[in-house]
Amino acid sequence: MTDVLEVTLRSVSVLAAFLVLPLLVGQAEHKVMAHMQGRLGPMYAGGFHGWAQLVADGVKFVQKEDITPAAADRRVFRFAPAVALVPYLVAMAVIPLSPDLVAADAPASALFVLATTAVGILGTLMAGWASANKYSLLGAMRSAAQLLSYELPLVLAVASVCLAAGSLSLGGIAQAWSPWWLIWQLPGALVFLVAAVAELQRPPFDMPVADAEIVFGAYTEYTGLRFAFFLLAEYAGIVVMSLLFAVLYLGGWQGPFSDQLGWLWTLLKGLVIAVVIIWLRVAWPRLREDQLQHLAWIVLVPLALAQLALTGVWVVVSA
Amino acid sequence: MTTLDIAFAGVGLVAAASGLLAVTTRHVVHAALWLVVCLGSVAGCYLVLGAELVALVQLLVYVGAVVVLVLFALMLTRAPIGPNPEVTTSRAHRALAAVLGAGVTALLLSVLLPVAGPARKRPGTSNTAVAEQVFGTWVWPFEALSLLLLVALVAAFAISRMTRAAEVAQSALPEMTAPERISQ
Repeated sequence: MTDVLEVTLRSVSVLAAFLVLPLLVGQAEHKVMAHMQGRLGPMYAGGFHGWAQLVADGVKFVQKEDITPAAADRRVFRFAPAVALVPYLVAMAVIPLSPDLVAADAPASALFVLATTAVGILGTLMAGWASANKYSLLGAMRSAAQLLSYELPLVLAVASVCLAAGSLSLGGIAQAWSPWWLIWQLPGALVFLVAAVAELQRPPFDMPVADAEIVFGAYTEYTGLRFAFFLLAEYAGIVVMSLLFAVLYLGGWQGPFSDQLGWLWTLLKGLVIAVVIIWLRVAWPRLREDQLQHLAWIVLVPLALAQLALTGVWVVVSA
Repeated sequence: MTTLDIAFAGVGLVAAASGLLAVTTRHVVHAALWLVVCLGSVAGCYLVLGAELVALVQLLVYVGAVVVLVLFALMLTRAPIGPNPEVTTSRAHRALAAVLGAGVTALLLSVLLPVAGPARKRPGTSNTAVAEQVFGTWVWPFEALSLLLLVALVAAFAISRMTRAAEVAQSALPEMTAPERISQ
């Protein structure tokens, strides 16, 4: 009976984190972007500095009409948002906040996160194809091309960290981390950050949704709650990738008073990375499609391979 | 019957059903999507049997990359919404495929059924053990396979370059893009 209770409690905590953290990142984006651009951002909803803006947005999305285009492939169209959203929920379950604070301690959790987030792209492809709209299809094809190219440097960068730690488990990697990694794994960290932003299709890698050219890519035909699910998937993706970066490259819970405040360190480091990802959106113009592919294959893949070789040599020499 | 038995039967059933749907549906993209379900539930089978690493690699490589590539290629060329009569095969072909499938199933059953005894144990294969096998005992076959894939990749690239050069020389007619074809 206690087992059932524990599993329920863990699942509910993951669900709560999944619903709260993306909203926090979204609100941070509203405010950080606004202040970087000399604006105030939302100020009215909820009273204090517009803290309830995203709650109000959510209420608005729920009230909107849920439209399926007449020419669309009905079942695939309606199912696509779930396929985009659920992988990030599952991935969040294995990311440790501290050695004890993890919902599901899988032995190969680093690989698990990569495998589940790779499934999310299917949601975008399904949405783009099933919408029966040429902008949607173009957007879906752009995101497929982009995500396939950036998956490789992402996996290679994570492989390098796993090699350095001698473990496939996120907990084991954070445990093995030392400040020396900040220099040793720096190229891999940069590759990971760039590839993660590209995987999330965030600016400057937002070619697939480029609203000025192809309206909103695969999400053009979506309204109401289903559209909100795609947005939620994007922000949940930021949370997953930021926490993953914090655990892989910044030592997760390592820091002063890590015995008591370890979870806070992980969250803080993740938040810093999330703000960097938001900052990139404000600072950089959108990359063109050919520039995107160039960056992935000419810069990131060789860099990730070099990092992997460097890690391998060092691990063998120092062993 | 343990919980694992029931879970294995469940994912096995889903894998078989989705596999059947993937080959019988008349919608090309639906076939690819059913293939996703099928490969995903095969990964589930591995997981239930205690091969965690194999299950995750199956998910990462097949669902995350191979099927996405298949879907991408379908959308790039021709993937109308609704049934596609062009890809439907003749009755003779279907009968032949069914016979062939049944034959393979019978062959596998004749090999596997004698092995299946009443005693079952699920040794949880550790990731280290898999790594030692792949990069120790089986390292040469593994490397030979990767070389074979690389050669196939380079050859495919060369062939595609050759035909494209020939096409360009043959005609300067503008090609239709995928969305135009779909709208027709």
